[in-house]
Amino acid sequence: MAISRRQFVVGGAVAGAGALVIGVRLSGHLVRAQESDAGAKKPAPNPFDAYVHVRPDGHITLIVAKSEMGQGIKTGLAMILAEEAEVDFNSVSVEQAETRPDIYAHMGTGGSGSTQENFTPLRQAGATVRALMITAAAAKWNVPAAECEAKKGSVLHEKTDRQASYGELIEAARKLPLPNPEKVELKDENDFELIGHATPRVDIPSKVNGSAKFGIDVRVPEMVFAVVARCPTFGGKAAHFDADKAKAIPGVRDVFEIPAMGADKFSAGGIVVVADSTWAAMKGRDALAITWDHGAAASESSEGISDALRTAAQKSGARLRNDGDVDAVLSNGAKKVEAVYEMPLLAHATMEPMNITALVRAGAAEVWAPTQSPDWVQGTVASVLGLKPDKVIVHTMLMGGGFGRRYMADFPAEVAQIAKVVGKPVQLVWTREDDMTHDFYRPATCHRLRGAVDASGHPVAWFHTLASTSIRGYWDPKADAAEGESGGARQLPYAIPNVRLEFNGVNSAVPRAWWRSVEHSFNGFVVESFIDELAAAAGEDPMKFRRSLLVKPPNWKPRFEYDPDPARLLGVLNLVAEKSGWGNPLPKGKGRGIACYHSFGSYFGEVAEVTVKGNDFRIDRIVAAVDCGQIVNPESVRAQTESAIIYGLSAALKNQITIKNGAVEQTNFDAYDPLRINEAPLIEVHLLKSTEDPGGMGEPALPPVAPAVANAIFAASGQRLRKLPFQFKAA
Amino acid sequence: MAAIQLIINNASYEVDVAPDTPLLWALRDKLNLTGTKYGCGMGLCGACTVHLDGEAVRACQTPVSLVGAKKVTTIEGLSPDNSHPVQRAWIAEQVPQCGYCQPGQIMSAAALLAKTPKPSDDQIEAAMVGNLCRCGMYQRIRRAIHRASLSQAHGAQAYVAPAYCGGASSGGSAAKGA
Repeated sequence: MAISRRQFVVGGAVAGAGALVIGVRLSGHLVRAQESDAGAKKPAPNPFDAYVHVRPDGHITLIVAKSEMGQGIKTGLAMILAEEAEVDFNSVSVEQAETRPDIYAHMGTGGSGSTQENFTPLRQAGATVRALMITAAAAKWNVPAAECEAKKGSVLHEKTDRQASYGELIEAARKLPLPNPEKVELKDENDFELIGHATPRVDIPSKVNGSAKFGIDVRVPEMVFAVVARCPTFGGKAAHFDADKAKAIPGVRDVFEIPAMGADKFSAGGIVVVADSTWAAMKGRDALAITWDHGAAASESSEGISDALRTAAQKSGARLRNDGDVDAVLSNGAKKVEAVYEMPLLAHATMEPMNITALVRAGAAEVWAPTQSPDWVQGTVASVLGLKPDKVIVHTMLMGGGFGRRYMADFPAEVAQIAKVVGKPVQLVWTREDDMTHDFYRPATCHRLRGAVDASGHPVAWFHTLASTSIRGYWDPKADAAEGESGGARQLPYAIPNVRLEFNGVNSAVPRAWWRSVEHSFNGFVVESFIDELAAAAGEDPMKFRRSLLVKPPNWKPRFEYDPDPARLLGVLNLVAEKSGWGNPLPKGKGRGIACYHSFGSYFGEVAEVTVKGNDFRIDRIVAAVDCGQIVNPESVRAQTESAIIYGLSAALKNQITIKNGAVEQTNFDAYDPLRINEAPLIEVHLLKSTEDPGGMGEPALPPVAPAVANAIFAASGQRLRKLPFQFKAA
Repeated sequence: MAAIQLIINNASYEVDVAPDTPLLWALRDKLNLTGTKYGCGMGLCGACTVHLDGEAVRACQTPVSLVGAKKVTTIEGLSPDNSHPVQRAWIAEQVPQCGYCQPGQIMSAAALLAKTPKPSDDQIEAAMVGNLCRCGMYQRIRRAIHRASLSQAHGAQAYVAPAYCGGASSGGSAAKGA
């Protein structure tokens, strides 16, 4: 068995020690301050320590401090570094960073933020490397630095025909003072050779031959496997259990209980079965006899949650936006439209179920985690074990999907509880059933919309009441739950004089957290459906109606955080209209629907084409136009667009989580079946060129797809679908 | 538990597991062939697809006792160097995102093309409908199967990946397997 030297730092410290120091460490830090999560200022990291490791033999490794879940971040961030550092992308290695929050300001991968956060800092880090190499070469040759040029990992001096590789220069470069990264000259965008150019992803070859190592593929000597029997009801626990039959299963080594822990119940607690193989552990769990105490939430049901949401949507709530006088307009004679929209709980259902591997020894721990938040894993494991975080080594593994689920620290807390007892490397595996029934779900919501158009067809009022089993309300029932989940509703981009948004939270024991695009997944559907309803009430073409309302005054400034720029939204609306052939006649039974939406710094216009037949409909194609600012890897922008659209369609067409007797009813892909190849429409993606700062790409293609489809079905059939997943019946 | 003989990727193995153990777990936990993935344990997602004498089967639904003398091919055995037409097409079309379902997708596609060298879209759907991809890369999968079909038929020029794409370990990080 070949073990890389970076394994077993805890189990065999000697083997790991030398291998962890890669590249050349410089003294001192860059002076630029970065803001950490806690808001504390800390110095920007030395790029040689943190991002660009240059070995004297010339080998260059680019370090990526974000987690890879298929979004192509290992490629994209490395491209940014390589561009400014002037290294040959084809000859570098790309490596996952160690979990060192002291070096990397923010290691969490979420909120579509990795490129947004890192674009400028990594350009500065790369440019610092280039500047130091040029300075070192100029000094060595005694020529002006301005006459030297860096290319493909070497510095050239054309006049004297001299050349030195970065490897040859690193010894001298490390002795130079670090420049202020904010003042280092960055490349002109017109000179970009990597950024903006389609680049094959570095992680793909290992993903076609089985060699890519996901968290569940971690194999270390003497490891054992564990599964946990958790109470099906949220907040419940084992009243009694009998492990005799489980212990009789060949391969089962131990059975013990772990308690629920943390104020936020990061670990649900349960009965742990440890065995020689995952299969033996699963069979051992099946053989347990457990009497559950189902707890206080055992009577909760989806019907109850839906009723509470519908009631809450009819009440006045916390006012989050209030322009003009909505009441006056709605009580006047204008043409009124009223609609209620409903959306269910959703599971993430990553293809790789939750899992994590850990080894705990005296005073230290080592963890192999497929995680979006290695620093949170580190902190959680440390806190469960009573260790300082720097005594916990966390290796960030590839993830078989994240979508927000792998930001959570519940499975890390569990494995810490288990590994402490086991004393050997232990892999905690969640079965699909565990994964689906103990997720942190997308909230269920109900929205009441009231609007009005005047006699000339102009919309004059918009009143949105949002009721949600909110995420913040789960983490802290006393929190102002509204703020975090009004995104996209509060930032309604259309020029309507009277606008009000109100929020009411509904409590539930069902855990909730971030699901791909978070609140935009519901607010986007509502906003882009209801604007279509107003267009229909006004007798206007839905594209032209939106176009007339996307007005950017000359002195426009964002009113709210993340307020979309109306001109950029109009840009993608126009592009998608053009590319989809908007307005061209369609045969009877077919319809087109449009939506445009901003989230996470990127703008999307999407058009769906559907065919309606009897009680059924088919999506023929989706056309998408994207303005995500400066594009780093167009290949990844296209792939992420396709991915978010399919993920959004799974929710629009098929998926929901329902609760009965306090537990999730769906346990596997038979009852919660994401879109399959025969259901996937053709997707066309059109990219808008831009030099604006990069926007996010993991999520923003998702929110507009469900309303585009619903609007297309309306166009084809006259039927409005306001509830997800869609249930279409011929009129 | 009696030792069970298996022929996997043209090599002989002996595994000491209960006879009802699914092939999936024998591969992953006893033989360290972790390319075959666990997704659902019920034959619903296709992530564990392997070949038994060339037929695509779900390893989570195949007890080791039923494998017998049939030859097992896993993703690790498809080619030594990413040179199988399906693998080449998968790289050329940049199919994988998270990549977790892809060993199963590729094994299903390879079995399809072995029997049906020029599949229609309907034949592709029928062969691939059991393989879920939560990243939704279905249109790339479709394109890649057509591409692999063409390259099988015409010996289209091999896709030359950049050097940094060449190593088998470029996607892995800290813990490399056995």
